Amino acid sequence: VTEYQLLDPTNELEGMTRPRAVRPTTLAGSTIGLLDIAKRKSDVFLDRIEQRLVERGFTVVRFMKDTNTRTASIDLQQEISRQCGAVIEALAD
Amino acid sequence: MNAGVPVTIVSQDEPALPAHLKPFVVDDSALETSYAYGIETVPTLLRVDDGRVTGQVVGWSKDEWQALTGIPALGVQLPASRPGCSSRSLDPDCRDALLVRFEGHRLSSRRIDVGGLEDVMEATFDRGWSDGLPVVPPTIPRVIRMLAGTSRKPDEVIAEVPPDLAPCTIEKAAINAVLAGCLPEYFPVVISAIEAACADEFGLHGLLSSTYFSGPIVIVNGPVRQKIRMNSGINALGPGNRANATIGRALQLVLWNVGGAKPGAIDRSTLGYPGKFTFCFPENEEDSPWEPLSVSRGFPAGASTVTLFAGHGISSVVDRLSTTPESLARSLAANLRSLGHPKLVAMFDAVIVLAPEHAAVFSEFGWSKQDAVAEIHANLNLAGADLVYGAQEMEEGLPHLFADFDKHIAIDHQDFDVRRVADASLPKLRHGGLHLVHAGGNAGRHSAVLEGWLSGPAGSQLVTREVEM
Repeated sequence: VTEYQLLDPTNELEGMTRPRAVRPTTLAGSTIGLLDIAKRKSDVFLDRIEQRLVERGFTVVRFMKDTNTRTASIDLQQEISRQCGAVIEALAD
Repeated sequence: MNAGVPVTIVSQDEPALPAHLKPFVVDDSALETSYAYGIETVPTLLRVDDGRVTGQVVGWSKDEWQALTGIPALGVQLPASRPGCSSRSLDPDCRDALLVRFEGHRLSSRRIDVGGLEDVMEATFDRGWSDGLPVVPPTIPRVIRMLAGTSRKPDEVIAEVPPDLAPCTIEKAAINAVLAGCLPEYFPVVISAIEAACADEFGLHGLLSSTYFSGPIVIVNGPVRQKIRMNSGINALGPGNRANATIGRALQLVLWNVGGAKPGAIDRSTLGYPGKFTFCFPENEEDSPWEPLSVSRGFPAGASTVTLFAGHGISSVVDRLSTTPESLARSLAANLRSLGHPKLVAMFDAVIVLAPEHAAVFSEFGWSKQDAVAEIHANLNLAGADLVYGAQEMEEGLPHLFADFDKHIAIDHQDFDVRRVADASLPKLRHGGLHLVHAGGNAGRHSAVLEGWLSGPAGSQLVTREVEM
């Protein structure tokens, strides 16, 4: 028996599971993007990664968010997607 | 009827009136007509022209009944004047049922049935709607009563709330305001707080997902403070006042339930802080020597506003002895030097909640708010040599070169004619990063600092919005 009828305070959105982008089986010939989230010391990590990738013959393109406090803009996401076959994003601190 | 005036008798509980009146009687035992016309007293005589109520008399009043009907001889036995009785539509045992029956269709949120064997309070916890403290179960009548606090329609979208970027309608805001324990008259403040929190310059997504302590702090100005009986005096930042406590909580519950900002999921705060349950207070404008925060923010005097600050705290400033503004400004500045970390500058804004005894030190010497802010800033220029990485035997600090500053250090290195930070003097607070608000009890020579999250265009900026009155 219903004693109370309450109203749902949540956004009532159903979580949607989307398949991850297909991982490349090889990075040969790929341009690799390095995304700096604009937080301190991101560059320390990414400089080292870039060095190692270049040593192995990869082409590397660096990207940077405007600020770590906001999500990456659609423009930036599309630019990375357009130029790169894979991307490595650096958190920091 | 005999006078040729078309009459309808609406009966709440006596449809069996004398037989000769029967053709004119509407059986309103279901109270639909009474509710539709908002009847509070029986009898109520309504004059209806073209479907619109153009006049009414409440209770018995022979003269007024005759005047409204235009029948001079109407009801010679009517009492000259006698109050009526309360309408059944207001009876406590049926009022809520009427709200559900006649207003429930305005609400589109999912209905959650709670069975008789389930404790309704536990049900709200079980469904994850609570911040950890008990909430008021959001029944349909309670939500409808909350909606009466605004003229805005239930399906109107206030904002898209991060991190889920889910639309928060007036209805969802009302449900969460009920959960938080708000009264309907608080609701316009809650709505404006949601608007302000979701303004782009407030940076809510980052604030909610940060590992830092902060959350939104709501500061209220203008006549709405008195209208809803907020407390700006003793214990202004603490418990004891329903409006202070529940408005801040309603905003947090909207972020929680609509935005989806739950600890351990998107909310990654390392420690959190108790203000994330609620943090809302009004400025004491009446006793302040200065213009209120709302006016400093560009709103006209007399406007009711909410101002959102992304911060945490409080940290205390004790100064029992200063009798000059210069001395007190130095005390306040000295305490601000440790904001975030003593070696970090121009990253975190601050709001000083200046208690009356401290405010009086400035006002007795005729200082304006701007004078006080300028003097505090003047005492917060720090030697760069003490701030760089490793200085004072602490690794935390600033890069050695201005060129290596990131966007969170809101200093334009072109303002300096040297490259090395160690050769410069740097402001602890960015320009525009210090705000003064007046609140608290009359006794006590101490003030409070609200410490900001990452501030400025790359983080969060103060946002002020007007409140519907």
